[in-house]
Amino acid sequence: MSTVAATHEHHHPTGITRWLFTTNHKDIGTLYLWFAFIMFLTGGAMAMVIRAELFQPGMQIVDPHFFNQMTTMHGLIMVFGAVMPAFVGLANWQIPLMIGAPDMALPRMNNWSFWILPFAGTMLVSTLFMEGGGPAFGWTFYAPLSTTFAPASTEFFIFAIHLLGFSSIMGAINIIATILNMRAPGMTLMKMPLFVWTWLITAFLLIAVMPVLAGAVTMMLTDRNFGTSFFDAAGGGDPVLFQHVFWFFGHPEVYIMILPAFGVVSQIIPTFARKPLFGYASMVYATAAIAFLSFIVWAHHMFTVGMPLAGELYFMYATVMIAVPTAVKVFNWTATMWKGSMTFEAPMLWAIAFVFLFTIGGFTGLMLGVAPADFQYHDTYFVVAHFHYVLVTGAVFAIIAGVYYWLPKWTGNMYSETLAKWHFWLSAISVNVLFFPMHFVGLAGMPRRIPDYSPMFAEFNMMASVGGFVFGASQLLFLYILIKTIRGGEKATDKVWDGADGLEWTIPSPAPYHTFETPPQVK
Amino acid sequence: MSANTITRKLRSFLYAVLLLGPGSAFAEYELNMSETVTVVGKEIYGLHMLVLWIVTIVGIGVFGVMIYSLFKHRKSKGAKPAQFHESTTVEVIWTIIPLVVLVLIAIPATKTLIKIEDTTNADVTVKATGWQWKWQYEYLDEGLSFFSNLDSTSNEARQKGSGVDVRTVENYLLDVDKPIVVPVNKKVRILTTSNDVIHAWWVPDLGVKRDAIPGYINESWFKATETGTYRGQCAELCGKDHGFMPIVVKVVAENEYKDWVAEQKAAAAAANAGSDREWSKDELMSRGEEVYKANCAACHQANGQGIPGTFPALAGGELTTGPAQGHIDIVVHGKSGTAMQAFGPQLNDADLAAVITYERNSWGNSASVVQPSAVKAAR
Repeated sequence: MSTVAATHEHHHPTGITRWLFTTNHKDIGTLYLWFAFIMFLTGGAMAMVIRAELFQPGMQIVDPHFFNQMTTMHGLIMVFGAVMPAFVGLANWQIPLMIGAPDMALPRMNNWSFWILPFAGTMLVSTLFMEGGGPAFGWTFYAPLSTTFAPASTEFFIFAIHLLGFSSIMGAINIIATILNMRAPGMTLMKMPLFVWTWLITAFLLIAVMPVLAGAVTMMLTDRNFGTSFFDAAGGGDPVLFQHVFWFFGHPEVYIMILPAFGVVSQIIPTFARKPLFGYASMVYATAAIAFLSFIVWAHHMFTVGMPLAGELYFMYATVMIAVPTAVKVFNWTATMWKGSMTFEAPMLWAIAFVFLFTIGGFTGLMLGVAPADFQYHDTYFVVAHFHYVLVTGAVFAIIAGVYYWLPKWTGNMYSETLAKWHFWLSAISVNVLFFPMHFVGLAGMPRRIPDYSPMFAEFNMMASVGGFVFGASQLLFLYILIKTIRGGEKATDKVWDGADGLEWTIPSPAPYHTFETPPQVK
Repeated sequence: MSANTITRKLRSFLYAVLLLGPGSAFAEYELNMSETVTVVGKEIYGLHMLVLWIVTIVGIGVFGVMIYSLFKHRKSKGAKPAQFHESTTVEVIWTIIPLVVLVLIAIPATKTLIKIEDTTNADVTVKATGWQWKWQYEYLDEGLSFFSNLDSTSNEARQKGSGVDVRTVENYLLDVDKPIVVPVNKKVRILTTSNDVIHAWWVPDLGVKRDAIPGYINESWFKATETGTYRGQCAELCGKDHGFMPIVVKVVAENEYKDWVAEQKAAAAAANAGSDREWSKDELMSRGEEVYKANCAACHQANGQGIPGTFPALAGGELTTGPAQGHIDIVVHGKSGTAMQAFGPQLNDADLAAVITYERNSWGNSASVVQPSAVKAAR
């Protein structure tokens, strides 16, 4: 045994095979994060096309069919290619380090669940170059627009979604197995860092709902090719069934993208406030409560489909209930900052921006939950503003915060604080110029997913486009900062941040290829 | 209305920020939800403002505490970290307060929702059927039926490279060739359904949005208290020209409405009269071009080239140059399982004959002429 262990320790492959065959959680985490970043830039480029076309009224740059492909692919790529893989990347890097485990529980499956992604992503993007174009039915792909009336490339889209689902399910199984089996001695569940807790709950959500999504696309596949009529009213099927199935996946999905963000922010704020997280236990319970509620509110996305009154009332009441555990979280973060001793390095700036701006997204979420008002908000830019506040200034800001927070541990180098502050302020200002005006045009009556609009919406759209271009360009600065930090810079200490607490800060910076081969003792 | 004053102030502030200047032709800019011209719509607006104010107050409170903390409790000011990290009392208080606020919101919301869903005792019923990309309206009690398309001025201006400054087009993208007309102060029930994909019928000023779903008939209603022209758009992504199927509702006095109905009935009878005679090729071609532009060009394109992979080309197409019977058949009955609609129920015999003839003799095609009688036989 000892010889096996010794050779294992020195085994550090190089070149392309290191990345292709790796079973190391750190390598796989890095792969996930780079994949997510490439997808983020790809989806971002599509957003630039959208904002360029919407810069002024009239059709100038693209035709409506291509515009629909852009909005659809932007959504799909950002959700399935950027945000979800980025969080899995953070989980791969951090969960073993935070619970004192030598690696993930199922390393070979870990390799597989990553390497599915580039193929699925490539297949999805390749549909844009096929005859008839790529998916043009919105990221929610409502039938029958996505079945009877969809382009021929839709089968590739369906297969890509299946593959992405496989990857997510395997990733989730791995995370659950790791957290439940591989914690260091003494690390009870209620001693786990909050990032680990939020991911554990997220992983259960993933396992519960990704098969539902797979079911939805499989029914699409058979409707399109094998003569079934699940969603075709003419054959006795039901188009609204699609929406129920989709949102039974889709609503938990939005929490899949935000719960790990809560976890990241709950790590960062105590570090830079130099004060323990306020209400740790209530944070865990609030996360679990949000996860539970996420399963029973799906039809609030469908208030206008013509549900019975009782259904509308139920979904309204259940939906607004989510405000309670979410409010508890925001109050807890505020209480953590209160009477702390704060400094404002880049991770803290992004985390604070997260708390402010995610809360704005939460407020509009409450407004949307009020069913009668939703009849006016539904499918307008008000909704677009809402979910970009929770997904961009929420999930994406938390991912960026996490990357700045752990980057010195991963690379052994400090990033440039000056450049990171530039990145932050450019992004934080432009993102509001981008998304805040969307509230106004939405309330004033501009529907979402339209390539051209009445000139009465022109001023705010121009403003949003300018904000969008600046926000997009700022992320290239992020790329530069990342490459610069990986290549060198001021050496990071092991603890990195003087207020940091947790097992990941007890190992050297950069983190050695293998860590915690002897489990640490947690008191 | 304090809310109004604030909205107005906020608006002028934003104008200053945006440097819009007095030259802007669209000074009637909106920042907030329409107050609407219906009783239920006004309640919706009230709910919207109620929740908006609640979240604004909560936001000022929470953000205020955070901002205070960000300035006071920073290391550079010599703040020493406190070590408290738990308080069950505080946790219970800030769980209960949001709950109470939610109940306060839920009570009026429930009342309004019950009104929205009460579609009984309607005075007028209009059925709105969504088609890619136009609306069909049927006045069920009057036996009236017609289609409502994006008006041709907007339609020409919206084409890429049209060279038209869309700011000069009146009601750009919000005007139709034929609006629906309804009486003021009457309960109008709107039935929505669809012929192809899901659409949504939405007029913000009437406070009504309802999905139009194939296989379903959804009900909604409004009672407008002010006459006027109210404009809306399809709100559910329905394919390529989703952004180009507006809705225009004219609310008029009761007697005006009655006159309009009588006029429409007479016009419908006159339009059907042309179907019984023989038409010359020139007549068919010029009529056919108009019909083609309004009904076919969105998919098959003005040049008959279609969109490869999605909409087949008609120029040199097998059907359009083959025997007339097959061509008539697909136009009248559509092709199930594809985006090709059945135009039989949409157009009269003369229009169908004209458009088929036009397709068979344009863009280099040269096939037979089709007469209204042939279409009639194929129905």
